[in-house]
Amino acid sequence: MKKFTLVLIILMMSSVSYAEIRLGALFSTTGPASFLGMPEKQTLEMLVEEANKNGGINGEKIELYLYDTRGIDAEARKKFIRLVKKDRVDAVIGPTRSGSTLAIKELAGKFKMPLISCASSDRIIEPINPFVFKVAPSDMFAVRKIYSYLKDNGRKKVAIITAQNGYGDSGRTALLNEAEKMGIDIVADEKFRDNDRDMTAQLTKITEKNPDAIICWGVGPAPAIVAKNYKQLQPEAMLIMSHGVASKKFIKLAGNAAEDIILPAGRLLVAEKLPDNNRFKSMLVKYKNTYEERFDSSVSTFGGHAYDAFQIFKKAYKISVKENIEMIKAIENIKGYLGTYGEFNFSQNDHNGLDMDAFIMLKINNGDWELIN
Amino acid sequence: MQFIYSGITSGSIFALVALGFNIIYNTTGIINFAQGEFVMIGGMLIYTLLSIYGLPFLIAAPLALIIALFLGALFERVFIKSVRSPNEIKLITITIAASIILRGLGMVIWGRNSLSVEAYIPYKILELPAGTLTSNSLLVIIVSLITAFSLSLFFKRSSLGKAFRACYDDKVAASICGVDVSKIRMLAFGIAALLGVIAGIVTTPITYVAYTDGIMTGLKGFAAAILGGLGSFWGGVAGGLLLGIFEGFFASVFPSGYKDAFAFLIILAVLFLRPKGLFGKKKAERL
Amino acid sequence: MRKINYPFLIFVLIILILAKFLIKNEYYLSIVIFGMFNAINASCFNILLGYTGIISLGQAAFYGIGAYFAVTVAASFGINPMPAIILASLFSALAAFIVGYPTLKLHGHYLAMATLGFGMIIYVLMNEMAFITGGPSGFLDISQFKFLGISIYGEHSFYIFVAIMFFIFTVLFEMFDKSYLSYKLKFIKESEFASKSFGINIFKTKLIVFTITAGITAFNGGVYAYYSGFISPVSFNFNYSIELLTMAIVGGLGTVSGGIIGAAVLTALPEFMASIEDYEMILYGCFLAVTIIFLPGGLTGLIKRITGKNASD
Repeated sequence: MKKFTLVLIILMMSSVSYAEIRLGALFSTTGPASFLGMPEKQTLEMLVEEANKNGGINGEKIELYLYDTRGIDAEARKKFIRLVKKDRVDAVIGPTRSGSTLAIKELAGKFKMPLISCASSDRIIEPINPFVFKVAPSDMFAVRKIYSYLKDNGRKKVAIITAQNGYGDSGRTALLNEAEKMGIDIVADEKFRDNDRDMTAQLTKITEKNPDAIICWGVGPAPAIVAKNYKQLQPEAMLIMSHGVASKKFIKLAGNAAEDIILPAGRLLVAEKLPDNNRFKSMLVKYKNTYEERFDSSVSTFGGHAYDAFQIFKKAYKISVKENIEMIKAIENIKGYLGTYGEFNFSQNDHNGLDMDAFIMLKINNGDWELIN
Repeated sequence: MQFIYSGITSGSIFALVALGFNIIYNTTGIINFAQGEFVMIGGMLIYTLLSIYGLPFLIAAPLALIIALFLGALFERVFIKSVRSPNEIKLITITIAASIILRGLGMVIWGRNSLSVEAYIPYKILELPAGTLTSNSLLVIIVSLITAFSLSLFFKRSSLGKAFRACYDDKVAASICGVDVSKIRMLAFGIAALLGVIAGIVTTPITYVAYTDGIMTGLKGFAAAILGGLGSFWGGVAGGLLLGIFEGFFASVFPSGYKDAFAFLIILAVLFLRPKGLFGKKKAERL
Repeated sequence: MRKINYPFLIFVLIILILAKFLIKNEYYLSIVIFGMFNAINASCFNILLGYTGIISLGQAAFYGIGAYFAVTVAASFGINPMPAIILASLFSALAAFIVGYPTLKLHGHYLAMATLGFGMIIYVLMNEMAFITGGPSGFLDISQFKFLGISIYGEHSFYIFVAIMFFIFTVLFEMFDKSYLSYKLKFIKESEFASKSFGINIFKTKLIVFTITAGITAFNGGVYAYYSGFISPVSFNFNYSIELLTMAIVGGLGTVSGGIIGAAVLTALPEFMASIEDYEMILYGCFLAVTIIFLPGGLTGLIKRITGKNASD
């Protein structure tokens, strides 16, 4: 009996000492969405390092398994399966892109792997999959913000040009659906692909319809080319981008063509310019300064998604251990968490937790972001 | 009519690539699947010289051209010359291998992201009848035309150029007359690389450059070469411009995603209906 | 008909069975399954290039046509997976016949470019015809795979199915290799002029081979779609055709084991390269270049030389 107890104790000890938290992550650190994925990767690595320095979560160190999806949906799938089957992680943060998230959505359910996505498409949480969450605000909110702004400025005739990928698709659906409800008239509906180099054909078709505003929905270098081509054609319309380009890299690529572009974005980009009594300001400024100091590049709202995802994972992990419930139930119980994009209130029916308040309208002025009212 | 202007711009690039194909084809009978990669390398080179080394354009550009000549010659020695007992399949597949290697090198050296360079001349928009043209696009067109003319003068007037043409007609006879065929082959690849790099340099301010750019550019350039008639100098130029214009027109009428398919439809149409192309030469054998 | 290499077939069978027992981890099992899909595709490519001298740079398109046609038809008409896959295979063979008719009259690089053009057009259609294919985001609506009433789901059961499929294909391929037909094809590859005077109808033969390999590749694609549960155009683009070309050449053109060895090496390669992922492409290209320049018989040729086998195959 003594021998048995001894063996049992040793086994228990060894299982405890090998206990560690395995966190998986999938980001598009290269490819067309790299200026979303890279800040996400850097932020997550920075946060995990900081957490481990302070003893990890509940005293357990975090082991991070991070893969590059290269912006390709099929690659995200491959690497997700690897995270589940080979690396055996406890949860996965990411992917960066909507298309990639949708490609692994049902896999997450099949493998019972909690997935906290940094992508924005509504289809990620509709229909709800118990294992799939997202921390990026819905495209629907961004669209409503844009349309409100346009109506306030008396512009109702709108042309849309969207990317042919999961994100652009989602944006397009939101743009078309909300237009009717908000009295906006869509006069043109064009598309482009991530790797297209010349959009003058589409923009020419658009300018022929004389819109008041052109809304471009995409990520990566392509919207920058749209901006350049737009500038060359000199239409009367206002150019509006989506939050997919809320990064200094976009301004760099588009150069002069970025001036006067209007877009919805998270408060993080103008953290310092917020009024002091804003309840998000101190946390945003802290993240911004830490990030910019460490990586010598401007903070982006995409890094903010990774920030939020990790904090939520951390909170949920603690709750799930303390109350002995599953991770996914723990996430659903999170309320009132102040994140980079707004206040998160999860529930069984709401796997996003944000509302329209997540976005503010910005204008690009002199190569920098400016708050507009 | 905007599509005509953007069509001529992209068409000029296709023309340069087509010229590169034709020169190699005429001298060696090989279709160089890596031709598009030379364009990509051109963009990468000018990015490195301008943005990383901070050289002024007037030094960076000629330097890039010299590097191009050297790279082309190196390419020939490493990939083409080393194939013993060459047959058609080997030669086609070795250039495919070369293009993969060049692409891989591009990715390792310059990363996976799109790189941009500042415009070389001040940005202006020219108002033209029924459309606009940017100063960058005009530069592309002018540079391409100058290159084509200079090249044709080279072939007509210089003794080296005449040696080239001798090789086109009959390699054996040329070598009997004292032409160093091996050196001409090397030079042919050098010139083709030069043409690719020129195209890469002028197009990068407009379209950025990424390691995967070579594939499409090469394929469309080849379509242009076939359209104009494989082996025909001015055919390649005409083919390039026509392809650019038709592609632009196609994009303005159909959903733009089908634009890429157009170049390939052209390839198929020409190959099935008139393999000699518009201005085809005697070398266009089907058998 | 020459003697069938039974030891080789038995060897393959033993490896397949051993793998099932030794590999427990689903992740590694999935790699072997992908390897088998690639091996079948690469062998078909090998039949075209290594036996007949046809460079089909659009071969990935048939793989994709098989995948998309099967899942689309199954979803739209409520057909069971297996009949859908068979229909896809027939459709692809028909497409190959139509495309092949004008194309196979061309030669050398003209033929290569024509097949490439065809492949590219199919790729664009896969991306653009989103109402059928789901566009660049891929086709998500793939049902569970059922064969003769048995539901096949998960790596372990799929492995058995795919391994059986693969083995049957290998046996047929071996029979083909030792048959008069393969001699006919190699004769055509060597010299069309001579084979024509011998009385062989080159065009008809090529068309038949092209059509049949397209059908096999499409069948493979259909099964792949059900295994993967998700397909998107990016898996069937020009890059994949080039991968097949590399597998066939590196493995050894004109041999039965060529496609298998080439696929095995090149499917496993990314797994060993996980830390130096960036260099994968360069390595790929170098394998191909080195094989063309120094090892015309590919790895199979190398093995034959080492084991001193009769290289007159």
